[in-house]
Amino acid sequence: MSPRCHPSLYWNTHSCPTPSGLSPEKTEPLTVPRGASPCHIPTSRLQGGWHLGPRSILVALLGCHCNSTRSPASGFRRRSGAAALPPSLLSPGPPPAAAMLSLPPVQKLLRPKSVAGSDVAEEVTSPVLATEAGPPTCYSALRADELRPLAAPKDEVAASTGQPPRHDDLKEMLDSNKDSLKLEAMKRIVAMIARGKNASDLFPAVVKNVACKNIEVKKLVYVYLVRYAEEQQDLALLSISTFQRGLKDPNQLIRASALRVLSSIRVPIIVPIMMLAIKEAASDMSPYVRKTAAHAIPKLYSLDSDQKDQLIEVIEKLLADKTTLVAGSVVMAFEEVCPERIDLIHKNYRKLCNLLIDVEEWGQVVIINMLTRYARTQFLSPNQNESLLEESAEKAFYGSEEEDTKDAKAEAASLAKRKPYVMDPDHRLLLRNTKPLLQSRNAAVVMAVAQLYFHLAPKAEVGVIAKALVRLLRSHSEVQYVVLQNVATMSIKRRGMFEPYLKSFYIRSTDPTQIKILKLEVLTNLANETNISTILREFQTYIRSMDKDFVAATIQAIGRCATNIGKVRDTCLNGLVQLLSNRDELVVAESVVVIKKLLQMQPAQHSEIIKHMAKLTDNIQVPMARASILWLIGEYCEHVPKIAPDVLRKMAKSFTNEEDIVKLQVINLAAKLYLTNSKQSKLLTQYVLNLAKYDQNYDIRDRARFIRQLIVPTEKSGALNKYAKKLFLAQKPAPILESSFKDRDHFQLGSLSHLLNAKAVGYQELPDWPDEAPDPSVRNVEVPEWTKCTSREKRKEKVEKPFYSDSEGESGPTESADSGESHHEPESDSEESGSSSSSGTSSSSSEEEDEEEEEEGSGEQSEEKEGEEEEEKRKKRKEKGGLRKASPGSCPLCSSRGLPRPLSPMGWAWWPMLSCGPWQLLSPAFGAVRTYELLHRMAGEGLSVEYCFSRRPFPGDPHMVAVQIQISNNTDAEVKSLRVSEPKLLAGMRIQEFPEIESLAPGDTASVVMGIDFCDSTQAANFQLCTHTRHFYVSIQPPVGELMAPVFMSENEFRKEQGKLTGMSEITEKLTLPEKCRSDHAIVQQVTSAANVGRVPCGADNEYRFAAKTVTSGSLVLITLEWREGAAAQLTVNSEKMVIGTMLVKDIIQALAQ
Amino acid sequence: MIHSLFLINASGDIFLEKHWKSVVSRSVCDYFFEAQERASEAENVPPVISTPHHYLLSVYRHKIFFVAVIQTEVPPLFVIEFLHRVVDTFQDYFGICSEVMIKDNVVVVYEVLEEMLDNGFPLATESNILKELIKPPTILRTVVNTITGSTNVGDQLPTGQLSVVPWRRTGVKYTNNEAYFDVIEEIDAIIDKSGSTITAEIQGVIDACVKLTGMPDLTLSFMNPRLLDDVSFHPCVRFKRWESERILSFIPPDGNFRLLSYHVSAQNLVAIPVYVKHNINFRDSSSLGRFEITVGPKQTMGKTIEGVMVTSQMPKGVLNMSLTPSQGTHIFDPVTKLLTWDVGKINPQKLPSLKGSMNLQAGTSKPDENPTINLQFKIQQLAISGLKVNRLDMYGEKYKPFKGIKYMTKAGKFQVRT
Repeated sequence: MSPRCHPSLYWNTHSCPTPSGLSPEKTEPLTVPRGASPCHIPTSRLQGGWHLGPRSILVALLGCHCNSTRSPASGFRRRSGAAALPPSLLSPGPPPAAAMLSLPPVQKLLRPKSVAGSDVAEEVTSPVLATEAGPPTCYSALRADELRPLAAPKDEVAASTGQPPRHDDLKEMLDSNKDSLKLEAMKRIVAMIARGKNASDLFPAVVKNVACKNIEVKKLVYVYLVRYAEEQQDLALLSISTFQRGLKDPNQLIRASALRVLSSIRVPIIVPIMMLAIKEAASDMSPYVRKTAAHAIPKLYSLDSDQKDQLIEVIEKLLADKTTLVAGSVVMAFEEVCPERIDLIHKNYRKLCNLLIDVEEWGQVVIINMLTRYARTQFLSPNQNESLLEESAEKAFYGSEEEDTKDAKAEAASLAKRKPYVMDPDHRLLLRNTKPLLQSRNAAVVMAVAQLYFHLAPKAEVGVIAKALVRLLRSHSEVQYVVLQNVATMSIKRRGMFEPYLKSFYIRSTDPTQIKILKLEVLTNLANETNISTILREFQTYIRSMDKDFVAATIQAIGRCATNIGKVRDTCLNGLVQLLSNRDELVVAESVVVIKKLLQMQPAQHSEIIKHMAKLTDNIQVPMARASILWLIGEYCEHVPKIAPDVLRKMAKSFTNEEDIVKLQVINLAAKLYLTNSKQSKLLTQYVLNLAKYDQNYDIRDRARFIRQLIVPTEKSGALNKYAKKLFLAQKPAPILESSFKDRDHFQLGSLSHLLNAKAVGYQELPDWPDEAPDPSVRNVEVPEWTKCTSREKRKEKVEKPFYSDSEGESGPTESADSGESHHEPESDSEESGSSSSSGTSSSSSEEEDEEEEEEGSGEQSEEKEGEEEEEKRKKRKEKGGLRKASPGSCPLCSSRGLPRPLSPMGWAWWPMLSCGPWQLLSPAFGAVRTYELLHRMAGEGLSVEYCFSRRPFPGDPHMVAVQIQISNNTDAEVKSLRVSEPKLLAGMRIQEFPEIESLAPGDTASVVMGIDFCDSTQAANFQLCTHTRHFYVSIQPPVGELMAPVFMSENEFRKEQGKLTGMSEITEKLTLPEKCRSDHAIVQQVTSAANVGRVPCGADNEYRFAAKTVTSGSLVLITLEWREGAAAQLTVNSEKMVIGTMLVKDIIQALAQ
Repeated sequence: MIHSLFLINASGDIFLEKHWKSVVSRSVCDYFFEAQERASEAENVPPVISTPHHYLLSVYRHKIFFVAVIQTEVPPLFVIEFLHRVVDTFQDYFGICSEVMIKDNVVVVYEVLEEMLDNGFPLATESNILKELIKPPTILRTVVNTITGSTNVGDQLPTGQLSVVPWRRTGVKYTNNEAYFDVIEEIDAIIDKSGSTITAEIQGVIDACVKLTGMPDLTLSFMNPRLLDDVSFHPCVRFKRWESERILSFIPPDGNFRLLSYHVSAQNLVAIPVYVKHNINFRDSSSLGRFEITVGPKQTMGKTIEGVMVTSQMPKGVLNMSLTPSQGTHIFDPVTKLLTWDVGKINPQKLPSLKGSMNLQAGTSKPDENPTINLQFKIQQLAISGLKVNRLDMYGEKYKPFKGIKYMTKAGKFQVRT
């Protein structure tokens, strides 16, 4: 670009009036000094020349033309003419017929030009004249010089348009009532925006079309609006009402898109409107609209941070949302608006953990990162006991003293509070639920999980992430770059983790240099005594690479290996010494530097190498290398007392021909020798100093003068003379060769800050583990309500939101950390409860549970103390190889329990998610458990077997019904090898036998679980029960109510599904409720005891709904019970499986009539 | 999150910009150009650049830099992965992703970008949903649109975003119901001078093209699933089922997608199907060097090796090469010093070879390192790991689909050091 063009260019910049049509007075500042200096353009731009290619020619061609033909005034006139237009345009009217007629040809004329797409043609005819309408608010944040270049290219355009503007055509097209014309115009405008050209003066013409019927036009108008609304705030307000109307639309997708655009318009005046819209949308029926509301929160926050408190309320509300659609977006909003409000997460923690796998991938990343921070504040370090071992290992490696003291402190601290660490079940939950995501196809998700494991998992478990991270190395080079940075940091702390994958970090000649260097870093970190020989062999190949930066890095790496692993130090040194004869200066310099560092560590042992290097001075011509060698000899001249003066002699001879850098080192060497061995070198030194005195380089002359004064004692020399030896031959610390990635892990891995090794804006510090675990009960969520009596007053506050007590997520682990043991066998309480007389919800010690027990104990006594003892017993039993004992005759009887018991809240987090339908399976409601006899004591010759349906999911196969079998040995001999054999089953039925019981002592009882897939039929499963002596033919026939598992659904879903299952699938029966069965509580209890169903919340008072899904085929079973006046009631069952439906109706009526 | 996106071509022109939040001046790209200048090659431009007020994260694909501008802390992989997804989407939409293509379809590109991010946070990245929202341009549709004035923007609303299986659109109908699966394995290897293997591993993918009516539920099982060491799935695959039974159970997306990528466990020795004999000699004194390579088959299980291509980056000192291939064509570019030899099929009876001499710059001593040889090849109907698909079953729909499976082995990053 010829510099001549600049003035004209700048002149035009400023003379061009603003496009804001409504305020012509803004266009006043027309005159800007012509000499506005061209240095406004950043130098990088000029040097690069990347941007100015075609345009510069253009400007050069047109610049003078513009300059001469257009005065500022003419520009103004034209613009003000256009400016007069907009207000009148705001009221849309049919365009004149003439305009209509003339339009198509114009369009045809224009088309080929835009299609041609060439920049030059575009710009010559480009209608874009205007620059920014004064700096919009967002710009104020930028540096001023960032703004300037923006103006420049546009101004070139402005300068180049000498013809009348073309947006008149566009405006006319936008005003026409033909959609195709409007579309064409909008497309061209969007293309202008895409190329970064200013189209803001079309605002009034475009904004009118916001209500256009054509969807594509509408969408493009939205694009335009979002882009320019900020600059034309007044006009943008005209569009608001359209969106407000859209917010009320019955279609959820229209509501969502209206909210999306409304919230994207950055106009401060509409903040209250946005706030209202967000609040409303946050409680919308549609999860998609709620998701959009979550997206809108950060938009509003960035527009007006005063709204924070209100927005936090909305976030809190949306965090409680249990759909996967919303979860990711709301956590995102949380992170942007109030990441410090960690307390909002407590109640939702378990839900988020459980939903995680189903959230869309981008949401997963955000949630995992947030939960990592959360977990760091709420749980104890899983490695606190191991830290001892780790640090002592580290110490052996680095051998620094600092480490020692730290170690001692850590030891003292950990000894003081050493107590067995038990992982909080919630901590475990997080680790378990994130692990499958290592298999994600999305690299960001894998990285997020990897960093979570790195920061949170016990040391023994971190290893699982290595494989996944290594897999990512196959991906694009940008991904590799980021992953390798993180692997480099991890491999310092946990070397063992990546060792098996050493070969995956081998370098290919086709890798980009930055990847090569990172791989080298990892290889160096992984080097240890066992693999160093392979690594060094690999390094030898690298040293010969053509990529010299990479070779230099390899030499550094060899140096690091040599410092870290004493065994190979000599080998490395020899290898490096050989490199000194390399032709490449960079290689030699790097080697010398590294050798110097290595020698500094133990100079005494390496006088041989120093001697060898002294010999090299004859051959090596690279000045840097010569200088380094001279420094070495000077520094350690005492180790090579014979050679050093000789070297000095040779150097003195060639002094005048040396490079400056070498000359300086020769002077240094002379000085050092003079101090240690003045007898031999006095004359030489003086000779060298004399030569230096007349050197051309003043630096060398200065140095010579300085040194002479310092070392040669004269009467004039000052006090420093005494210290000359100390000054020159002071002990210099050996440089430490260590990874630049050391200690980078104080940044959260995978974060931008970690990558840059500097705190990025908005980075949330990863907190340290707390010393004392905060109260884990904060994460407790109310236990499901609907299985219980809802009429009690005490329950009121919980009854208010029966919705929230739904899935396994929320009814998840509520146990405190100290009872961590019990979660391994969550089922245990049901079969054991009988032994502790009646109620006995023994598994949980949380207060809520106790409260519930008190209430439920209306008929019986609650025995909390016994519960605790129970816990003890159970632990003991567990040690007995999984066989649980119970006192004889302890089988739970249906009559013994008047109330349904609350579930053990622990159990359900372990329940595998079934993927066969959209409804989440629920924890079953326990009515009284009924026991059936499988083998009578008489028939079984003293062996009696009973079974019951535990209503728990059968682990391993979701299609099986779990059958709890209780075997008592009433004989007086030991029964051996109890097992199931030869099942005779109908087609399709399957059986999962219980593991063989080795032996059962006399009087003992064993309880086992087997799974049977009944294929949704009530046909009996026949099989043989074998002991070591006898075979008994037995059969298990399930009641129809056990063939299903409860599911959760909302009232709406229930209605919807019920609507689908009418006609043949609907069975209705009338019944009369007996006296005792006329309370809510009794009805619910009877129904749930007759069938394994879950209650569905219902608005109506006297209506009860239940839903379940058959275990095998997963078909829905919906039960509705309407209680009319008095005793009359009507029962409706909707199910695809008519047989099941019919039988179920019978069973329920029977149960209610009891 | 993502503030803005700039697309920059090889000559340094910003040819497209899109802002999701307030507008960021395109002058931020100056920092990027500076970094580009510093890095000699395009692929050496650091993917993350820090500027005083912004961070620039970029990916380089199809000779285009996709530069995302962000202002606050965000996981860098999040942005990089998203940018790659953008490129994949463009490729999916337009067949190829080039500057010309993007410029020609700038409106569609803009509309797609608008849907992919909301306020910088990814919104719809599944190509099925996007295609429902904005139809990809085809020649036929362009013609129809010009005549009838209809649009590319879908008029139905994106129901996919609301469904439990967001990757599949509803109401899919085909007359021919087909499901094709390609098992493609790539061998990554480094072979040293003497021909022994330094490192070799097999990475595989299963790409699928499924055109099935309705909502089919497929299961795919392997004869030898134990081979698979490390797998990553398309989100449609049910993870639990894989964990317990080693069966892939999924409701497939409509059309092309990558079902699975896997890594074959390291215990299995990798059979290297080819060998390269080489004799590359730079003599210190003369200005001529000898160059000779022969490629031959090894452990191919009776299959032919096709599409063999040899590339090698020669040292700077090589001025020219005069070579004669026994088959195929070769090119030596004296500027980039890149030798390319397109071999084609390997006939085991008559092994292809490339022989000749190199002209070296006079006066320079011989290069430190012999050039490495990069090899590409293909073997049809063979999965080198021995992985075999057992069966494919379909549930949930009544019709009988046509099922096809194809195996292929390819060279991944296959290098021979000489």
